[in-house]
Amino acid sequence: MTTMGEKGYVRATPAERRPPPGDRSGVFGWLQRNLLSSPTDIALTVLCIAFIGWAVPPLVRFFVVDAVWSGADRTACLATPQNPVPGACWAFVRAWFSFFVYGFYPMAARWRVDVFFAALAFGIGWLAWLSAPRRGIGAIYFFIVLPLLSFVLLSGVPRLALITIPTELWGGILVTVVVATIGIVASLPLGILLALARRSDLPAVKGLAVAFIEFVRGVPLITVLFMASVMLPLFVPERLSPDKLMRALIGVALFASAYMAEVVRGGLNAIPRGQYEAAQALGLAHWRVMALVVLPQALRITLPNIVNTFIGLFKDTTLVFAVGIFDFLRTIEAARADPHWVTPVTGVTGYAFAALFYFVCCYGMSRYARSVEARLTRHRR
Amino acid sequence: MEMPDDAASAAASQPGPAVEIAGLHKWYGDFHVLRDINLAVARGERVVICGPSGGGKSTLLRCINRLEDWQSGRVVVDGIELTDDPKHIVAVRRDVGMVFQQFNLFPHLTVLENCTLAPIWVRHMPKKDAEDLAMSFLRRVKIPEQAGKYPARLSGGQQQRVAIARALCMSPTIMLFDEPTSSLDPEMVKEVLDTMVELAGDGITMLVVSHEMGFARQVADRVIFMADGQIVEVNEPQAFFAQPAHERTRLFLQQVLR
Repeated sequence: MTTMGEKGYVRATPAERRPPPGDRSGVFGWLQRNLLSSPTDIALTVLCIAFIGWAVPPLVRFFVVDAVWSGADRTACLATPQNPVPGACWAFVRAWFSFFVYGFYPMAARWRVDVFFAALAFGIGWLAWLSAPRRGIGAIYFFIVLPLLSFVLLSGVPRLALITIPTELWGGILVTVVVATIGIVASLPLGILLALARRSDLPAVKGLAVAFIEFVRGVPLITVLFMASVMLPLFVPERLSPDKLMRALIGVALFASAYMAEVVRGGLNAIPRGQYEAAQALGLAHWRVMALVVLPQALRITLPNIVNTFIGLFKDTTLVFAVGIFDFLRTIEAARADPHWVTPVTGVTGYAFAALFYFVCCYGMSRYARSVEARLTRHRR
Repeated sequence: MEMPDDAASAAASQPGPAVEIAGLHKWYGDFHVLRDINLAVARGERVVICGPSGGGKSTLLRCINRLEDWQSGRVVVDGIELTDDPKHIVAVRRDVGMVFQQFNLFPHLTVLENCTLAPIWVRHMPKKDAEDLAMSFLRRVKIPEQAGKYPARLSGGQQQRVAIARALCMSPTIMLFDEPTSSLDPEMVKEVLDTMVELAGDGITMLVVSHEMGFARQVADRVIFMADGQIVEVNEPQAFFAQPAHERTRLFLQQVLR
């Protein structure tokens, strides 16, 4: 109730609380709000439905309905009177699957790779599950135990009755996972160090960091890989020269760390001066200010970009084929030329399988990062 | 690594002024922001610094824990001369607490973690002891129930009180307040000032940059008026407000007191 007095608008009684006006909920409400709210929306909705109707059924038919799921050789995937337009040849992927996973890794020792995969999955799970027990030990396991264990398992130590398996025989998903994991695990700490070095007050440190970052960023990955694989042996005595895979690993890690450094630097720049000053005023020394106050905040705000860099790195690992390393994509290339399986659909199926693998890995990282982000921002509100 | 060297720690226990500033000059580029500052603050003394903005008040305060450096002059805090030597700087900062206009709480840590960070990492206090200490100071600033929250959930006044508790957790002998109420909503100014008044009763040395003239009247032993990088007038509050000696001070007081 209000009255208009001499002093203008005056409320005579307290305003009651009211529920919000009824929303148009339910399926039809959603449809109307999101798909059909204006003529343009209706037109776009119709267009999108038409596109999906045009594009999806042929894909489903090719990859699922008409696909060949089993068979001994190429004849299973060829056109026949019953199946005049053959679909994807999944039988080929099944037949070559273990090659895609292990490459030329000797049959008798493949259990070692399986143990490595299991140990890696365990470590990733431990660290990725944010409320897991004893994550400190998880970190020690992941960054110290796991690399040693992986080396012993994959490369072999004759004294432990594990025969040495040269990296030339490694291949497929094994190599892709090894290169990506080492690239990811090495690039973050290296990138942080480079980013801090770039902000250093010491001209020599800063200059070196800037030179390294700008040089690596200004050169394609493939060039870095060639340099690592051709130039590194020139500087190191032959006896100490790291093997081919190791050289590629160094190249990938250095390349990724330069990008990571720029990502982290962006985060560092976003932290207000007051945060440094408050930490300094409490008597914290420079490195503690960085480690306890600045970096935790900087890494949180850059998390989406860090994961973006990881995803890019994961896909860039396919370039190691250029220096003669048999990664996952290269095994598909090799297998599709197998005369026993050459058909018009073999290549398409192989690449589709590769695309599926890379997509699942990258999308998994992306979803995981989103959930971590949501959790971190929830904490701060 | 943060241990002061013997000379510094021995000096800290000597009686003498808490802060001694002599012939201090500072430039930002060509701008002469501090001009020949000479000031001694006795132990337990409470000094309020006021003056027009841009007059160098905050800069002077920030020289005392070396958040700013200077081109010439001496600053001796608790008997330790501030030089480029990081040992001396850290030794001074352990004894000097600071409260900022923008609170500067660490947003990624809870209120309790904000308070325990420095005792754990600088004083090497066990976590449990640091938490007990932090809770006792949070009780003193009357917000123990917020200990588990993140700073973003607190009001400005509550954040500033946490900032005071955080500084007190290092058991400082000197507290610097850099416009502690200037970015607060009016209804929150009082809770922060009350906390500071209570603190003043404890005999801790306080240097406060503030325009809260009521606070100055109530707790200050001396009021300093700064303008154009110089100390224009220093006096006891009664005399300072009743008979300002300089025209510049009178003008300023007319504007803030109205």
